[in-house]
Amino acid sequence: MSKKLLLKDAHIEGIRYFDVYRKQGGYDSVDKALKMTPEEILEEVKASGLRGRGGAGFPTGLKWSFLAKPEGVPRYLVVNADESEPGTFKDRYLMEFIPHLLIEGMIVSSFALGAHLSYIYIRGEYAWITEILEEAIEEAKKNGFLGKNILGTGYDLEIYVQRGAGAYICGEETALLESLEGKRGNPRLKPPFPAVKGLWESPTVVNNVETIAAVVPIINITGAEYAKIGVGKSTGTKLISACGNINKPGVYEIDMTITVEEFIYSDEYCGGIPNGKKLKACIPGGSSVPIVPANLLLKTINGEPRLMNYESLADGGFATGTMMGSGGFIVLDEDQCVVEHTLTLARFYAHESCGQCTPCREGTPWMYKILKKIDSGNGTMADIDLLWDVQRKIEGNTICPLGDAAAWPVAAAIRHFRDEFEWHVNNPELCLTQNYGLANYADPIPVAAANA
Amino acid sequence: MSETIAFTPETLDQVHQIIARYPEGKHKSALIPILHVAQKEFGGWLAVPVMDYVAEILNIKPIEVYEVATFYSMFNMKPVGKYVLEVCRTGPCMLNGSEKILDHLRTSLNIKDGETTPDGMFTLKPAECLGACGYAPMMQLGKFYHENLTKEKVDEILELCRQGQVALD
Ligand SMILES: Cc1cc2nc3c(=O)[nH]c(=O)nc-3n(C[C@H](O)[C@H](O)[C@H](O)COP(=O)(O)O)c2cc1C
Ligand code: SF4
Ligand code: FES
Repeated sequence: MSKKLLLKDAHIEGIRYFDVYRKQGGYDSVDKALKMTPEEILEEVKASGLRGRGGAGFPTGLKWSFLAKPEGVPRYLVVNADESEPGTFKDRYLMEFIPHLLIEGMIVSSFALGAHLSYIYIRGEYAWITEILEEAIEEAKKNGFLGKNILGTGYDLEIYVQRGAGAYICGEETALLESLEGKRGNPRLKPPFPAVKGLWESPTVVNNVETIAAVVPIINITGAEYAKIGVGKSTGTKLISACGNINKPGVYEIDMTITVEEFIYSDEYCGGIPNGKKLKACIPGGSSVPIVPANLLLKTINGEPRLMNYESLADGGFATGTMMGSGGFIVLDEDQCVVEHTLTLARFYAHESCGQCTPCREGTPWMYKILKKIDSGNGTMADIDLLWDVQRKIEGNTICPLGDAAAWPVAAAIRHFRDEFEWHVNNPELCLTQNYGLANYADPIPVAAANA
Repeated sequence: MSETIAFTPETLDQVHQIIARYPEGKHKSALIPILHVAQKEFGGWLAVPVMDYVAEILNIKPIEVYEVATFYSMFNMKPVGKYVLEVCRTGPCMLNGSEKILDHLRTSLNIKDGETTPDGMFTLKPAECLGACGYAPMMQLGKFYHENLTKEKVDEILELCRQGQVALD
């Protein structure tokens, strides 16, 4: 049984409401934190080893320590609840079922950062969750945890929820800030970083929902205890949203010590692949991270079992590894077509490019068109090389990482599944009615025992 | 659309509450939330006079509203049907058969992507990942998600829409 810190109470009836939440020890971290100094809270977060759960995995304590503190200038905490990376739906789960955990984490974090006004920027489509959060904020306020003079300590804080309106790019932190200022979601050039010039040009920390929620157990059990959970630099627990071809899709909290094989096949987690089909490939960290074939997913290139954590998933770099990313775990079974799947991702990025940089604006629809051509049996061998060439020219040449995020899935698909692309070119008729199947990707390893 | 465009007093009240969420002078931040309110109040899309009205409320230039409204996919720039069927078709949904759901809707409603049925009931709007990947295939209808769809479930939803029994808000 994996250790649970965030979702341990998520199944309790009525946990969405203040009274039930409080009875389970909810808001204890606020009681505790408001008696500490902001510096002491920062030290706990640093000691915990917590890494940003939004995708990049940047150490949260370090990020907080960069926050500029000029006299007389307000500072802000903005929670990133934009959650639009395909395969990712963990923040939704947390906010929908245990909204007070986020509010509690925001109070502690805002206090530590010296913010008196904090926003949750949530993707526009999560309209019903916006209402759940607003209700939780109202309840917290009624009970003295928000508003003026919180718990009689003299600390004031207001939290508001801001809905976006359908734009993946607004998950990128500077685009998010632009959007929160009432503008188009065009990412800003960095530097200056938000820690120096963020919301309305004031110092701002932007953190993911899960990151801020994790501050609650860190304060409750101490940073040092939190750091004991997990391995290496993957401390604490991580929410994984699992989807694709698995028996039990959903959101799981793991302690980052389990193997990928256990995560996919054990009944505690995904419960294996439906209809006894074989595992073909997986994108373990949201659509932007490299797809890997089954053999490289379950074992590293050195033959060690791959674990569900930052270091192990990235082992081997892009040549043979992938990334933890946002924890959006997408599983493809033997009947799926890698070309078609990559095509939907390319369409996604083309749709979501903000259009500021030429390589991204022009390159993403171009990749989509080439993939469409290959998928529909009209591709040539030269198209595969062209596709490789186009993605190379986007990567690293843009203002924000969306360009890279669009290039990597295409690069990895060609790197590991080139024979499937070539099969489409060589079998223009057959590829319309049949998929390439498993081929030899998963063969080298006997795929996962049922009791794994 | 009627000659004068104006929010009802209750909605106007709501709009002023939204503006009060931001510090003095930062009221432009209220633009996107107010556009949501406006789209809901004025027929499900944002006509130019509606956007001009929002500009007036926030005391900003109309172009500042247009450039924002056209950027975000949730804002409709032309009239839509009463029920906008937003079917996700990104990777994880595709793996679970979203194309079949889309095809089924295209044939049973006899419209193409982005079109509205002649009776003004349904608009088909293929969407990109809506954060429901584990419950695929799915579609959004108004404020709500309909998940783990099958063709039969879709037919049922369409029928309930025709009877006016599907909540949008
Ligand atoms: C295109 C793009 C989309 C992103 N989407 C999200 C998102 O939906 N949620 C999120 O928390 N971070 C997202 N990020 C990462 C944010 O820019 C930022 O790193 C993160 O919110 C920082 O929080 P953390 O340190 O707590 O992870 C995105 C980044 C890029 C480049
Ligand atoms: S990389 Fe793409 S999304 Fe990012 S700023 Fe450039 S054009 Fe916009
Ligand atoms: S891919 Fe359809 S909801 Fe995420």
